[in-house]
Amino acid sequence: MQKATFTRLLLIAVLFLGQFSFAKETKEAKSEEQGTDLKTEIKDYIFHHLKDSHDFSLFSYTKENGEHKYVGFPLPVILWDEGLKVFSSSKFHHGETLAEVDGNYYKLYHSKIYKTDAEGTINYDEEHHPTNIKPFDFSITKNVVMIIITGLLMLWLFSSLARSYAKNNGVPTGAGRFFEPIVLYIRDDIARPNIGEKRYKKYMPFLLTIFFFIWFLNMFGMTPLGINVTGNIAITTALALLTFVITNFTGTKDYWMHQFDPLGKSLPWYGKVVLYIILVPIELLGLIIKPFSLLIRLYANMQAGHIVIGSLIGLMFVFKSWIGSPLSFGLAFAIMLIEVLVALLQAYIFTMLSALYFGFASEEHEHEHETEVAH
Amino acid sequence: MEKLLEEFSLGLFFWQTLLFGLLLFLLWKFAWKPILKAVNDREEGIKNALDAAEEAKKEMQNVTADSEKLLKEARAERESMLKEAREIKERMISEAKEQAQTEGDKMIKQAQATIEAEKKAAVADIKEQVANLSVDIAEKVIKEELSDKKKQLKLVDDMLGDIKLN
Repeated sequence: MQKATFTRLLLIAVLFLGQFSFAKETKEAKSEEQGTDLKTEIKDYIFHHLKDSHDFSLFSYTKENGEHKYVGFPLPVILWDEGLKVFSSSKFHHGETLAEVDGNYYKLYHSKIYKTDAEGTINYDEEHHPTNIKPFDFSITKNVVMIIITGLLMLWLFSSLARSYAKNNGVPTGAGRFFEPIVLYIRDDIARPNIGEKRYKKYMPFLLTIFFFIWFLNMFGMTPLGINVTGNIAITTALALLTFVITNFTGTKDYWMHQFDPLGKSLPWYGKVVLYIILVPIELLGLIIKPFSLLIRLYANMQAGHIVIGSLIGLMFVFKSWIGSPLSFGLAFAIMLIEVLVALLQAYIFTMLSALYFGFASEEHEHEHETEVAH
Repeated sequence: MEKLLEEFSLGLFFWQTLLFGLLLFLLWKFAWKPILKAVNDREEGIKNALDAAEEAKKEMQNVTADSEKLLKEARAERESMLKEAREIKERMISEAKEQAQTEGDKMIKQAQATIEAEKKAAVADIKEQVANLSVDIAEKVIKEELSDKKKQLKLVDDMLGDIKLN
């Protein structure tokens, strides 16, 4: 009975796939007539979305006469170019025009600001990289706005949770009931086992902040507003750098001993000399690789998730068939669900590994002293 | 790698570090510290309450054990008292019985002695009376007998014959 159902399902699936591939072929044939415009447009759209932008655009559409309409609001641009220059990003008109400030001309090209002449010419080198001067750009970009929003949200959420404790005699209310178990989880299952009962307390604020910061921003990335903060290399670098700095600033003597003298007393000095030519650089490299893996992992995961979802949504428009589009919609939906999980998972992994590194750094090797005594 | 470097925005890095540092500081001061403290306090409170409950339970157990002990003791005491009372009763009864017995015996003995004495007295009395009667009878008989000389002589002969026989 079950076997019969299974074969029937298999048959349906085969038929489905056959139809699907057939549909794809016809559509491809059609779109070739229209040119690959749609595909490149989708690709550009996705990559544009992955980047930070100088204005907070919620969405954009193209009018029938080909004019691009953007819905959103401009953000302040702050440049350091022989003096501080502050102006609204509306001057760029989404990269369509030059911004003239104090007699200097700036052009927005691929989400980056270049200094140009009055005509807005951009010079390229052989590898098609612009050679124009890039002024230091400290603009309040979309990502910065999202960081501020997330920060305010966290401040509001957790300070109200803290207040609800004071008001309610140690019992959380409202959203606190949801967040308190997470706070406790980070304390009891991330910080305590990895750092140790004695020293975990001083790392708690950082671990909690970084967990909720990454998680909330990941979740904001799931919204259709086109936000990709944690999938930005500068953000993840800043976060990982903080972990790196805290790890090494709170490192104990034992930790540094381990870095520069990994074998300890197990080998006489003349034996160590040869090994340490290789070992010490490896240990030092490990010091940098740890936070580097943190920043790449978060960046790549979030970036990949956005690309996959963007592509699957884009596929709906590429297929434009009754079978392909719902199928890619279903896939996009499934991936979206996975991405919600990934959003939490990446925050967890980042926090977990940070705690692990802190644990290594603040560890005191009591057992080693014991063995010394035993000898 | 080159693409990553190109994507890296110093401005965003600057803002992120600054804002995150600020957020960390503010949350530390206004959220994490009071939250962790409240949670800690609560946990300690729960632990203390549990300890107190455990203590109370132990105390309660002690109290029950004590009362149990007291009850047992009381019961044992009652038992022993009852036993003692029973013993006393039995002893008293037996003593009384014994006393009664001895008293009875004594009385019986006394009575017997009295009876014996009375009997003796009665017998003596009877003997006396019998003797008197016999003497009287004998007197009368003799008076009668002795009225005739022959008979007097015969009597003396008989009497003498009796004496020999004795």
